[in-house]
Amino acid sequence: MTALLEARGLSRSFGHVRALDGVDFDVHAGEVVGLIGDNGAGKSTLIKALSGNLELDEGDISFDGQPVRLSTPREAEALGIEVVYQDLALAPHLNPVQNVFLGREIMRSGPLGRFGFMDEKQMRRRAAASFAELGATVRSLSSPVGTMSGGQRQGIAIARAMAWAKKVLILDEPTAALGVVQTKNVLESVKRVRDKGIAVVFISHSMPHVLEVCDRIQVLRLGKRVTTFSGSDTTVEMLVGAMTGALDPKEGAA
Amino acid sequence: MSTLANQPAVVSGGADESGSGQSFLRRVLGLQAFWILGVFVVICVFFSVLAGDRFLSAGNFSLISQNVAVWAVIGVGMTFVIITAGIDLSVGSVLVFSSVVSAKLMESMGGDGPGVAAVGMVGAIVSGMAWGGVNGLLVAKAKVPPLIVTLGTLSVALGLAQVLTGGIDIRSVPAELTDFSAYTKILGVPGLPFVALIIIVLGGILLHKTRFGRHTYAVGSNEEAARRTGIKVTRHLVLVYALAGTLAGVGAILSLAQFGTTTIAGQSLTNLNVIAAVVIGGTSIFGGEGTIFGTVVGLFIPAVLQSGFVIIGVQPYWQGVAVGSVLIAAVYVDQSRRAAALRGARPRRFMQRRETQRKERQ
Repeated sequence: MTALLEARGLSRSFGHVRALDGVDFDVHAGEVVGLIGDNGAGKSTLIKALSGNLELDEGDISFDGQPVRLSTPREAEALGIEVVYQDLALAPHLNPVQNVFLGREIMRSGPLGRFGFMDEKQMRRRAAASFAELGATVRSLSSPVGTMSGGQRQGIAIARAMAWAKKVLILDEPTAALGVVQTKNVLESVKRVRDKGIAVVFISHSMPHVLEVCDRIQVLRLGKRVTTFSGSDTTVEMLVGAMTGALDPKEGAA
Repeated sequence: MSTLANQPAVVSGGADESGSGQSFLRRVLGLQAFWILGVFVVICVFFSVLAGDRFLSAGNFSLISQNVAVWAVIGVGMTFVIITAGIDLSVGSVLVFSSVVSAKLMESMGGDGPGVAAVGMVGAIVSGMAWGGVNGLLVAKAKVPPLIVTLGTLSVALGLAQVLTGGIDIRSVPAELTDFSAYTKILGVPGLPFVALIIIVLGGILLHKTRFGRHTYAVGSNEEAARRTGIKVTRHLVLVYALAGTLAGVGAILSLAQFGTTTIAGQSLTNLNVIAAVVIGGTSIFGGEGTIFGTVVGLFIPAVLQSGFVIIGVQPYWQGVAVGSVLIAAVYVDQSRRAAALRGARPRRFMQRRETQRKERQ
């Protein structure tokens, strides 16, 4: 079985800092892959490369077995790859509906649509449906997102990505700002998305969350993938050991 | 576990549907434009009480709207620019430059006639659009801060206008244009305010109803987020500044029609007056929010003050004092309101939150 999204030997330097140093990564359709590593291990840089937000020095990315070049976010989007960033990337003055459809507004049919008029009703309906599916707490569909709590904003960002992710959903620290209930919601939704056959990449510093949802866990250290664990028979100690290099297992030990 | 997961969704759906009417009211109350409209009404009532019919008459308001027309057209473009968290100081100079280009063109063709006027109008619009495009490219592509870019083009455009004319106003404006301003009435509205009204309505539709407008808010609200969702931010900014320049070109036509001459020395404060009106109208100087309606109200406050002071015999210089104070007060009130909203200290928000918690507990 070929991986849905696969990266081989990605490298990228920022000045003297080698953020990615020949990193490999792969995720299959219908699985949740955890991506963990200490601060500066290269997780966020790798995500940027996979979502078309980073020029690579070297390395290849293939999608569904075909080599692809992801040089703009649009190209990644076109393949069905969606990212929820740590800093959320919502427009605080716009309401949840406007945020979900930002850059992908549904236009009115007919000549009005060609003049740039939007179908607000349909966008509102579909956004409400995706919030309901996620079980996200959204206080009001017409208030600016900036007035909402971190948990609500997180829910909106995730609902937006889930609504658009056809193939791959990448979540960068999705549970960092959340309370107990919302975290449960997010983890449940991650599993639901996976069960729809979508590949999910889950980045987190919370090892219990990683172990709860992930089918496989890939560990980065100093810009390289150092090991891959299977989610079922791994302990927090093993993950932490691999992240810090204390255990120093061999590549592909699992 | 599943009950935990489902419950918040119930809250969100219920609260939003039941409160949609109330939320409309809340949204209107939350708009600074609404409060500024109140201030405007108070000012009008004040002068009406003191001066009666001399202030509150169709003739006087017709005169006021004549005086506001040019600024209103520029204000529409300025609202777009400020919503993107930018600024355009060059509008007054671009207006002067465009009116000089237009007047030169019409002068070279000689005399009157609708053809001459049409060429002049096209010339003004094209030159305004060109200056706006230059501003936009420098802001969006070269990444020079908008304050600096437009301060520069303010100086360059005015300088070039003076070079072109030797600093002497050109008075050869065809009668078609000046008559339109002086005599034409459309549906009872004088020509210039009618044109301004059309542009205000079109600008409002563009800003509030179309994708272009939505992206304008998004760019001003969070440029990085806009870029990540695939909005072509650079292109959008160029278009917004080009729009502001184009409308300054339209303002040049109106100004030629109104005064029958280029106003080389007369536009040095136009930019600041328009910016003040836009900000008084509730458009945030930090970007992301604002309305065309607010800008219009913000324009009428100085104009009505001016007219009212003249009528009740107060020195009209007090207008500057009053407008400046309103400007600072408006921004202060708006900011404290917003800070309170962020803290969740607004009474109505507080009530709503408690309601939500109660539902969650059930």
